Amino acid sequence: MNIISLQSYLIISALLFSFGLFAIITRKNAISVLLGFELIMNAAGLNFAAFSHFSDSVIHGQVFTIFIIALAAAESAVILALIISVYQKMDTVQIDEIDSLKG
Amino acid sequence: MPSDPPIKSEDRPDRGIGGQARSGDRGMTGLVIGINPLISWIRRNIMELKEVIFIMIALTTVVSGWLVVSLKNIIHSAFALLVTFFGVGGLFVYVGADFLAATQILIYIGGVMILVLFAIMLSEGVYNISLFHRARVLPALLVLGALPYILFRVIMEASWHVRSGAGGEEVMGGNTTQTIGGLLLGEYLLPFEVISVLLLSALVGSVVLIRKEVGKRRGKAA
Repeated sequence: MNIISLQSYLIISALLFSFGLFAIITRKNAISVLLGFELIMNAAGLNFAAFSHFSDSVIHGQVFTIFIIALAAAESAVILALIISVYQKMDTVQIDEIDSLKG
Repeated sequence: MPSDPPIKSEDRPDRGIGGQARSGDRGMTGLVIGINPLISWIRRNIMELKEVIFIMIALTTVVSGWLVVSLKNIIHSAFALLVTFFGVGGLFVYVGADFLAATQILIYIGGVMILVLFAIMLSEGVYNISLFHRARVLPALLVLGALPYILFRVIMEASWHVRSGAGGEEVMGGNTTQTIGGLLLGEYLLPFEVISVLLLSALVGSVVLIRKEVGKRRGKAA
């Protein structure tokens, strides 16, 4: 069996996705949560590129990977701006301490 | 390939080894004789060399992805994420997506990583110990155990539609940059424009988010 196959790509991106989800669930620091989010976006882009290579004769999947990269860059810029803004207001980026909306 | 010339030049000295080895450079010849079978083995199995590199890139990606979520120092995990980005770029090369690999390096490593590092420096200290939610360990372990298991089962058992001749020796020919440019300005023109509007709004939004605080602070001081 060929090692460079669709299945190995899918397994790699499944692992990256699981790690990203694990980081989002367990981490306290908001920036660590963002790092897990970036892992998930990378896994999605990798899946698109792999499918476009292994099961499509035109490279439509790569265009979607570019859209994903652009989305991830824009979102991370906004999220980091939010994090810094929250830090200036509340002096913390631990997401369990940001609870001023709690009753 | 840098290992090509040594082989060719050594094929002939191999024959005249009796004359040369006595003349002094015995250690050199022995070294070359030791390396020669290795190189010829690699050349015979050139496909396997490619696969070995693929496995190394994949392992680097997965291991550094795990380091991102497990390291305590957040700046270490940011650098592990950088290695993961490099690995994903290498994996892009293996599916014939050269433009994507370059974009990955430029955008993620040149842009996103710098932003993340700046945010780490501008916000809380680098060394904060209480990183993990204690109460969330059980669902997290469930995610880390059950989700990859289910995904592996699906991936291995589903019959994926694979284009004939894909993978392996055939690398997608042609210029992907040209094709992607044509697709972006042809078939995907509307998503392209929407993405550009989104990028503009993200730019304006992040500037507004940061700038408001600075204005207030200056107002307080005055």
